[in-house]
Amino acid sequence: MIDIIQGSTYAGDIDNLILFMGVVVGFWFFAAEIMFFWLIWKYRAKDGQKSRYLTGRERHVKRWITWPHGLVLVCDIFIVWASILVWMDVKQTLPEADHTIRITGQQWAWTFQHPGADNELDTADDIFTVGELHIEVDKNYHFKLESRDVVHSFSVPIFRIKQDAVPGRSITGWFNATVMGEYDIQCAEICGIGHGVMAARISIEDANQHAAWVAANSVSTTP
Amino acid sequence: MSDTAVAVQHDERHAHDDHHHGPQGILKYLWSTDHKVIAMQYLFTGMFMAVIGGFMAYVFRMQLAFPGISVPGFGQVSPGEYNALVTNHGTIMIFWVAMPVLIAAFGNYLIPLMIGADDMVFPKINRLSFQIFLLSALILLASLFVQGGGFGGAWTAYPPLSAVGEYNQTELGSSLWLIAVALEFVAFLLGGINFITTLMNARAPGMKAYDIPLVAWMIVIASILFMLSVGPLIAGAVMLLFDQTLGTGFYDPARGGDPILWQHLFWFFGHPEVYVVLLPAIGITIDIIATFSRKKVFGYKMMLYTAVATGVLSFFVWAHHQFVAGIDPRMANVFTVTTLLISVPIAELLFVIIATLYGGSIRLTTPMLWALAFMAEFLLGGVTGIFLGASGADIYFHDTYFVLAHFHYTFFPIAIIGSFAAFTYWFPKMFGKMMDERLGKIHFWGTVIPFNFIFIPLFVLGMGGQHRRIYNYQHFPELASAEMYNLREMATYALLVMLAFQLVFFFNCIKSWMNGKAAGRNPWQSNTLEWTTESPPPHGNWPVDEMPNVYRGPYEYAHPDREEDYWPQNEPS
Amino acid sequence: MKPIATTRSATGVPTGRLAVWWLLASEVVIFGGLLGSYLMMRLGHPEWADAAMHTNTWLGATNTFVLLTSSFTAVLAHQAAEKGDGKKAAGLLVLTIGGALTFLAIKSFEWYTEISHGYTITANNFWSFYYTAAGLHALHVIAGAIIMGFIAWDAFRGKELQRVELIGIYWHFVDVVWIFLFPLLYIAK
Repeated sequence: MIDIIQGSTYAGDIDNLILFMGVVVGFWFFAAEIMFFWLIWKYRAKDGQKSRYLTGRERHVKRWITWPHGLVLVCDIFIVWASILVWMDVKQTLPEADHTIRITGQQWAWTFQHPGADNELDTADDIFTVGELHIEVDKNYHFKLESRDVVHSFSVPIFRIKQDAVPGRSITGWFNATVMGEYDIQCAEICGIGHGVMAARISIEDANQHAAWVAANSVSTTP
Repeated sequence: MSDTAVAVQHDERHAHDDHHHGPQGILKYLWSTDHKVIAMQYLFTGMFMAVIGGFMAYVFRMQLAFPGISVPGFGQVSPGEYNALVTNHGTIMIFWVAMPVLIAAFGNYLIPLMIGADDMVFPKINRLSFQIFLLSALILLASLFVQGGGFGGAWTAYPPLSAVGEYNQTELGSSLWLIAVALEFVAFLLGGINFITTLMNARAPGMKAYDIPLVAWMIVIASILFMLSVGPLIAGAVMLLFDQTLGTGFYDPARGGDPILWQHLFWFFGHPEVYVVLLPAIGITIDIIATFSRKKVFGYKMMLYTAVATGVLSFFVWAHHQFVAGIDPRMANVFTVTTLLISVPIAELLFVIIATLYGGSIRLTTPMLWALAFMAEFLLGGVTGIFLGASGADIYFHDTYFVLAHFHYTFFPIAIIGSFAAFTYWFPKMFGKMMDERLGKIHFWGTVIPFNFIFIPLFVLGMGGQHRRIYNYQHFPELASAEMYNLREMATYALLVMLAFQLVFFFNCIKSWMNGKAAGRNPWQSNTLEWTTESPPPHGNWPVDEMPNVYRGPYEYAHPDREEDYWPQNEPS
Repeated sequence: MKPIATTRSATGVPTGRLAVWWLLASEVVIFGGLLGSYLMMRLGHPEWADAAMHTNTWLGATNTFVLLTSSFTAVLAHQAAEKGDGKKAAGLLVLTIGGALTFLAIKSFEWYTEISHGYTITANNFWSFYYTAAGLHALHVIAGAIIMGFIAWDAFRGKELQRVELIGIYWHFVDVVWIFLFPLLYIAK
């Protein structure tokens, strides 16, 4: 198994959802496969032994279909409920932003617009970078995701977040990083010949490091 | 009314004459309207395209395992070529392998025989369907060699990438690709009309709806599903073609167009399409399992109704492909519900097939091994779909190799295992000779075992965050670990092994066709009507005065009133 | 010669008629997809009304009348075919084809005028949909007229009279599509 760290406040929720589904689905998968192989073995052709004539109305056999059938439906309901909870948290609710950034995809690079020292986006002191996103740990970030040309997709595996960038739209999402360090940003929608080089890095810094970075890069308008 | 009676006699006498007057010589193979010849044309074209699609997989998997390598038989793979390879691999396998083999070839071959008819009801339109299909294949192949190269925007062809030449840099290839796909749709629309009306109307006297073998039903239900779902995509494809060639802006946001419109039109068809290919594979599987378990299908009507239910439900799940695409997030919850619901009828179908094994007398012939392998492997494909249909988990899994492994664990059983099952089962009927069982089993194990070693590593890579359609992971430190490269290598070596074993299949085909034991009419002791005539059947399928009548259902195995453990449909009580 | 399969009818409905209805089902989804897309986009872009002002409602209405009349002659042709009068059926089918040609002539004039005023297929998305939808429809008119010609030729010689009904059903469908197109493209202003 490949271990991939949980780097955001919702990464653990998504992982737990996947684990929960793994258990439920895994149970059904193994039960069905074991039953399947057992039946093949038990009813293999034997000399002189004829097969049974079953019409499908025999209750004692039908039970083996209708009961699992019902149980599958019940399991589905639990999975749907768990999934909707996670989805709503990640995609339908926006906790209040500590910082807002703009992310722009284009053929073939990610550009990032960070608010400057004034913590306001679209002001003169904003910090523009190509291929590297700098954020502070344990803070709520809103991102406004845009594209200059084709459909791209902003993906940060350690956060578990993914959102397509559609030209003509500005799509808002959020994350809150819980670990520090440098990690991969991917483009997760084929965008042409350079799709494979459209990598970026997210640098998650503590309060001091991040403040220092902002100060060093932000063009202040106040003397 | 008397006109019709005279017409019938007249036709039957002429049909008898026609046994000697169909096209002769080489023309017989190029211009025939005989459904069996047309079936062979589809089968061989599909098999040829499978070799091409398989070669493409070989090339890009070599690049993925050994980045930068000069691939034997191809050379170095540029990023643009890589994209064209993965795009056309997917497109070819779905539209030029799975559909022509499972639906057009076996549908054409089996439906008239299984319902006791001498041909399809529209033989000339049947021939036209194949000709259009062949043209579509040629255009698709041509698209790979034009200036700029083949289209590389994935089989999903999302605009604006697919619409604008500056973005995709394969302007000519993109349009040819699109035209090829559109023509393939037209070919299957025409073919579908033939299958549906033939099944509805041309049945042998005495054959009621519930006496039709399930594989014939499944192919027809699939055809109906195709016909009712492809329309919006044809409209969308016309719009995309105009964007590409005339400079319209249907999908251009700068002109008030919407890229996501294409996605809806594509997936509204794209999702039912997977059931269009699944249902025939399930039909093939259940017919083979019934024959080699010597058992009546446990729940014929249940299978029929759940197949229809699956088809209907499949119209309501499409946006699970678009959870993170920019659709209204509230819609995602609706599609999670519908998508998980569709697992219920599919589970039902699989449970009924498993229940058919109960109480059986199971013979593990080569076709039976393939049919059983379909079940075992498809189960994994099916359950991994749950992770993707649940929107919360799909946030992570979307566009990763988890998706890819999921759909290969569904498509490979459908298109490859299902095709081999059908081919090995009906080979004796089609060619009059038995295939070599030992070679068949070697080919079987040499295909199925490596298959798992290709795609389980890909599941693991997907869970590790590896995203799709990337020609080289060198730029992603988290994906460039030794562990991940080892998994990529393992998958590629397994593919090489699997491809090597396909030579056994080709050898078996030729050896059996030339030297195989004579098959006789009914080597498998099956009940359905195709086994009552000669192997191979003559033009017209039966002599005019021996057209079968039907007295019972297709799965009366081990009936208590019989000494024999099978009871052909055409035997009077 | 035709296979025995063509002489059977397990459902009681002639096979040709079944085939035409299934064909129409697939066509309905094609046009439905196109017009549905148009509708969604139109609702999202109220400014398209400015472009829509420039479609010629009178010519559109005339064409509607022409198609409806041609559907009527197609019905009469079917009646004649039912009675076995191949020559009369052929004549009425020729009138129907005449209606098709009139429709196409009016449409050509319409499009010529619009294009020379700069309302081309790339002018804006309203016009893109306009030409695509009406164009796809016109292709179906042309295809239908050609097939109708062959059927009329056979009918004139007393052959395959059952096909007169079938091309008639197809023709009514072409008419119905126009009945949807007309308000969507010409009346909604």
